[in-house]
Amino acid sequence: MHVVVFTRSTPDTAARVVAKDDGSVSWGDAATVVNPWDEYALEEGLVQAKNGGGKSTVIVIGPEMHTEALKHSLALGFDQAIRIEDAALDERDSLAYATAAAGAVNKLGDVDLVICGKESVDVGTDQHTYQTARKLGWTMLSYVSKILEVDYNAKTIKVERMLEQGKQIVTSKLPAVISVMKGINEPRYPSFMGIRKASKAVIPVWSLGDLGVTLPAARVKVAGFKNLPVREVQTMMITGTPEEQAAALVEQLLKDKVL
Amino acid sequence: MSVFVWIETFKGKAVNTSWEALGAGRTLADGLNVPLVALVFGENASEVAKQAGQNGANKAIVSDDATLKEFRLKPYAALLTKLVNEQQPKVVLAVGTSRGRELLAASAADTDSGLLSEVVELNLDGETIKVVRPAYAGKLLSEATGIGGTTFITIRGRAFQPNAVNEGASVEVTSTAPALSEDQIVSKVEAFEEEVGSVNLGDAAIIVSGGRGMANNPKEAPAGVTGDAAAVWKAQDGFETILKPLAGVLGAALGASRAAVDAGYIPYAHQVGQTGKTVTPDLYIACGISGAIQHQAGMRGSKVIVAINKDAESPIFKMARYGLTGDLYQIVPALTAELKKRLGK
Ligand SMILES: Cc1cc2nc3c(=O)[nH]c(=O)nc-3n(C[C@H](O)[C@H](O)[C@H](O)COP(=O)(O)OP(=O)(O)OC[C@H]3O[C@@H](n4cnc5c(N)ncnc54)[C@H](O)[C@@H]3O)c2cc1C
Ligand SMILES: Nc1ncnc2c1ncn2[C@@H]1O[C@H](COP(=O)(O)O)[C@@H](O)[C@H]1O
Repeated sequence: MHVVVFTRSTPDTAARVVAKDDGSVSWGDAATVVNPWDEYALEEGLVQAKNGGGKSTVIVIGPEMHTEALKHSLALGFDQAIRIEDAALDERDSLAYATAAAGAVNKLGDVDLVICGKESVDVGTDQHTYQTARKLGWTMLSYVSKILEVDYNAKTIKVERMLEQGKQIVTSKLPAVISVMKGINEPRYPSFMGIRKASKAVIPVWSLGDLGVTLPAARVKVAGFKNLPVREVQTMMITGTPEEQAAALVEQLLKDKVL
Repeated sequence: MSVFVWIETFKGKAVNTSWEALGAGRTLADGLNVPLVALVFGENASEVAKQAGQNGANKAIVSDDATLKEFRLKPYAALLTKLVNEQQPKVVLAVGTSRGRELLAASAADTDSGLLSEVVELNLDGETIKVVRPAYAGKLLSEATGIGGTTFITIRGRAFQPNAVNEGASVEVTSTAPALSEDQIVSKVEAFEEEVGSVNLGDAAIIVSGGRGMANNPKEAPAGVTGDAAAVWKAQDGFETILKPLAGVLGAALGASRAAVDAGYIPYAHQVGQTGKTVTPDLYIACGISGAIQHQAGMRGSKVIVAINKDAESPIFKMARYGLTGDLYQIVPALTAELKKRLGK
């Protein structure tokens, strides 16, 4: 039994992010953190590996800056961490990343379950998971809010998913790729011993050549980033007794035609 | 060539935002001078296809088969991929709901096509598709283009206008067979617990949200309920007896801050913000929410923001059009009463 979790680093959610004149992005000297959505994926990976009596691997696709997310994962208790980097991936899209991700899972060979976070808080694409599943040809179960049963012998999985209209219970086959929601678990903190061990770990870096994959042609191009148009809000403070405040607010909202 | 638009259905009915995708698709189809084709899969597909025609589609491809009755990624993606391979559309569009996102991402991967998600602006430069999408939790905008082949695009709900409805419009409907049979589909839906009666945050025109301030309910918790449990009781009671009635008169959805969700005041499905939902209603009423940057990330696209908070220094007031300082437990009931009077309910 082998569980793989995909994660990456993102700028701290409190960081002041600005687009520079050349269209690139800067978050000053704000720290990077593990993509907040992935904290739940990492925790679930550890839990599932333990329950199944198997192995846990964490993978990042991206440059050096993401090493920190891998060290964090090792400190939490992952057995192994791998980083994938290749010049051919620079400025490429989710299709290329997913192709690499599927290549890595195939190279590991014995993987039953891949777990991802719901989305990357920075780019917010929510694509990696589905595209990795399709490149692997595996079952995809998104927005998992509970794993109800996993049977590694029968290769079946039963989960609860959170959809717009409510909760869905689905059974499916392993191997599978799942994305997990906040609330599926309470992420643990790394232990002191774990942090020490992780700080010494040497993380292997695999190239596309190591994975034996070639990328499909680039089909999208990000031209660049720009800052939001300045939002001119003139705050109108409404005072008085609660009844007076309520009456004045409703008056304004009717005038603004939002009611 | 054509522009494909996937019309999402739930229990045989088009979901509200689907017509927005036809609205967005119309501009592209006109600019490229190609037909706008609605794809409708599953229960009641022909009926929904007719509505798609009234909402601006020139053609519709329907597949009404037992294997497609409710949305499952595998059979839906297989069928979409088959149609894309056969017809090589220039664009495949859908609203970026949970299903829209996964369906388009899957089929884009199958066909090695480009995918642009959560798009809020769409333009054509000759035959080149240019989009604008939010990034970094809405702190920035990103500009991107599709290059060659088919470009898959998911649009953000409420970012595009539907076409004007033309009751008399007719649509040319073709029927197609599913790409997979039941024994090739490994996922079985065992149960669906529908959340009835609640308005979906994603397509809500008005949202009433509560934060940690909901715990300051002047009502006494029942005897024996003390400490944290009392705060949870008070907040839950507040959501139920104070915010819900306000949401009720406004036909609004109920939102919450992460602090309220984490403390157990209300389920996670209601969380607005960076690790919750991104919402863009016409009116957002924040009650007892301080307006942390991660909360702003989810609601800054709201047209009009109203803040009700007892602390005049709260950052939420900086982004609010209307600010009401005071106790939400006094202001919200007064507001509900006033609205009932003014809206005649
Ligand atoms: C990685 C990460 C992701 C996050 N994601 C999200 C997210 O998705 N969504 C989100 O909301 N937060 C998110 N947060 C948390 C965010 O930083 C704040 O902690 C949270 O938004 C605070 O919620 P709040 O405004 O309800 O609580 P508080 O900040 O405690 O504010 C409560 C407010 O209620 C007011 N109040 C109290 N009593 C009353 C009363 N009787 N009447 C009127 N006003 C009253 C107070 O004046 C105060 O302003 C995230 C944080 C991190 C680190
Ligand atoms: N570069 C990456 N390396 C590893 N995992 C990733 C990467 N990008 C995305 N993921 C995973 O895929 C999920 C969805 O990300 P995204 O599609 O970028 O919104 C994230 O929560 C991660 O678990």
